[in-house]
Amino acid sequence: MNAITSTPADTLGGVPTPEPVVLLEKVTKAFGPAMALADLNLRVPSGQITVLLGPNGAGKTTAIRTITGAFSPDSGVIKVFGLDPTMQGREVRSRCGVVSAKPSLYDRLSGQDNLRYSAELHGLGRGPGVDARIAHCARRFGIDEALDNQVGGYSTGMKTRLALARSILHQPELLLYDEPTSGLDPESSHAVLELIREMTNDGSTVMMCTHLLLEAEGLADQVVILQDGSDIIDGSPDALTKRFWPEAMVRLSTDDPVALDALAHHEGVVAYERADHVATLRLDRPERIPDLVFALTAAGSRVTRVEPHEPTLEDLYFAVRQASGHTRLGAVDGSTV
Amino acid sequence: MTSTTVAPGREALQWVHIRTVARTDLKQLAQARDYWIPMLILGALFFVFVPTVLLLTITQIGSVDAVSQISQILDVLPESASRQIPGDTGAGRAGYALAVYLFAPVAVVVPITISTAVGAATIVGERERGTGEFLAHSPAGIREIFLGKLLASLIPGYLTTVIGFGVYALIVNTIVGPDVGGWFFPTRQWWILMLWVVPPFLALTLSLVLRLSAKVKSTAAAQQASALVSLPLIIVAYSQATGSLYGGDAVAWYIGGVAWLLAIVALWRGVRSVTRARLLGVADEK
Repeated sequence: MNAITSTPADTLGGVPTPEPVVLLEKVTKAFGPAMALADLNLRVPSGQITVLLGPNGAGKTTAIRTITGAFSPDSGVIKVFGLDPTMQGREVRSRCGVVSAKPSLYDRLSGQDNLRYSAELHGLGRGPGVDARIAHCARRFGIDEALDNQVGGYSTGMKTRLALARSILHQPELLLYDEPTSGLDPESSHAVLELIREMTNDGSTVMMCTHLLLEAEGLADQVVILQDGSDIIDGSPDALTKRFWPEAMVRLSTDDPVALDALAHHEGVVAYERADHVATLRLDRPERIPDLVFALTAAGSRVTRVEPHEPTLEDLYFAVRQASGHTRLGAVDGSTV
Repeated sequence: MTSTTVAPGREALQWVHIRTVARTDLKQLAQARDYWIPMLILGALFFVFVPTVLLLTITQIGSVDAVSQISQILDVLPESASRQIPGDTGAGRAGYALAVYLFAPVAVVVPITISTAVGAATIVGERERGTGEFLAHSPAGIREIFLGKLLASLIPGYLTTVIGFGVYALIVNTIVGPDVGGWFFPTRQWWILMLWVVPPFLALTLSLVLRLSAKVKSTAAAQQASALVSLPLIIVAYSQATGSLYGGDAVAWYIGGVAWLLAIVALWRGVRSVTRARLLGVADEK
């Protein structure tokens, strides 16, 4: 592994930015002939939710395992809290809370004993103080009433909640969640994602891996899209959306196709397409939409639909994949890279 | 905050981590009746049932054939061992020889069998259940995890043996004692055997078994491989344990010393075989 250089702050265009909680620079990791991470770059800013998006095998889980020092990288630089997890793994791991895709719980033990095990390994010890902390965390995730039962009898949702409670027991600064809603029903998934959102209110930094785009929608402060062990692009969802859809989009529908077509030459309309009675327009700015509606009604058309189109993360993901092929597109304005 | 930079896996050992891993594994074992019931049956069979039947047959029922056969065995015992056998009657001397010399290997077979059964699944089991991920991301050092698991495998076997040894002592003293002038067991050599010879053989076997458990892909494979390792060790331990009783104190101390040295080397090599990657099920990490 390359030597780690310690810098108090990095700069972006001359503007100092706070040191990220996690920093990966050109990290590679191979298992035999298989390349799990290929020059992966990653910055996880403090107090935010960073979502790693990518298909199965993109390197998301390996990235987490490298961050905690469970794997040593073949090359590249890794800093977590400014520490090298390969050489200072104990300290790094004691400041991280991890939930893996499988909850990693001991089925023969009770929920309480699972949490006590983690508490002791993280140096919280035993006693009434720790039990109170366990009860608090369990209550937060709605699992407190099942704590005395053997985990083998828990539902998948209960196991996930217990694993989440375990991850925050020692009040870690960095939470690493690897597909935390894997196997959950939609209602439980929603509840878990809400709880993850709440984590950042306590000042925690969250890095979450998922291949489910809907999960990241509305949750991510920063998105990093991975493919074949490399980061293709990263940035805030807004910044990424602006990059791929710089113009505003609106769908309009009327009973008069001729009036619709006249909008193609309206001021601010960048592109125009129509299929039957529905037109899709790209505008230089969203404030044009009322003018277009006014123009249609002034021409005597009955407007039946005005639908500003906001690209979803799914749209973004596929746009990125399509645009990138296998090349790195880099960071987007507004991102931390 | 101060932080230490050390080579991976070389952090200072924290006893609290070792104890926590061991205690949690033992707690899980206690919940698993399919593990500890056969353990109890094995202990009871070797320490209670077989000795009781044999010793009663010889001393109480007075089976002439059995006494005669055992007496023939007394003839092949080393002079030093034969001289130590008290008692005036053939039945009493035969009972004493059975109790002191011929059941000695039981003290080795029982703990090794039980501990191997527990130890074989301990690391590969974490991987199979997915709980290795939790340990791999925990602050516990890899040596602490290994030693915790070694303790958790060693304790059930050794505890069964110690308890069985106590019950066995009660049985042989009650049955054979009246014929040889009172309570005589455990003899000094048995104390050395239990406290000095058996523990290193157990540690040696377990180090090899845990090493296998870290390397194989399934619990079934670990159990198969462990049987291959533990059977020759049981044979060696069997002969050495018997020899340590026959040959007097010096031989027992010597055998135990060599076993401890081998156990330490096996432990050192065993610790290095466990890595976080192996807990995660990735065997070919560089």
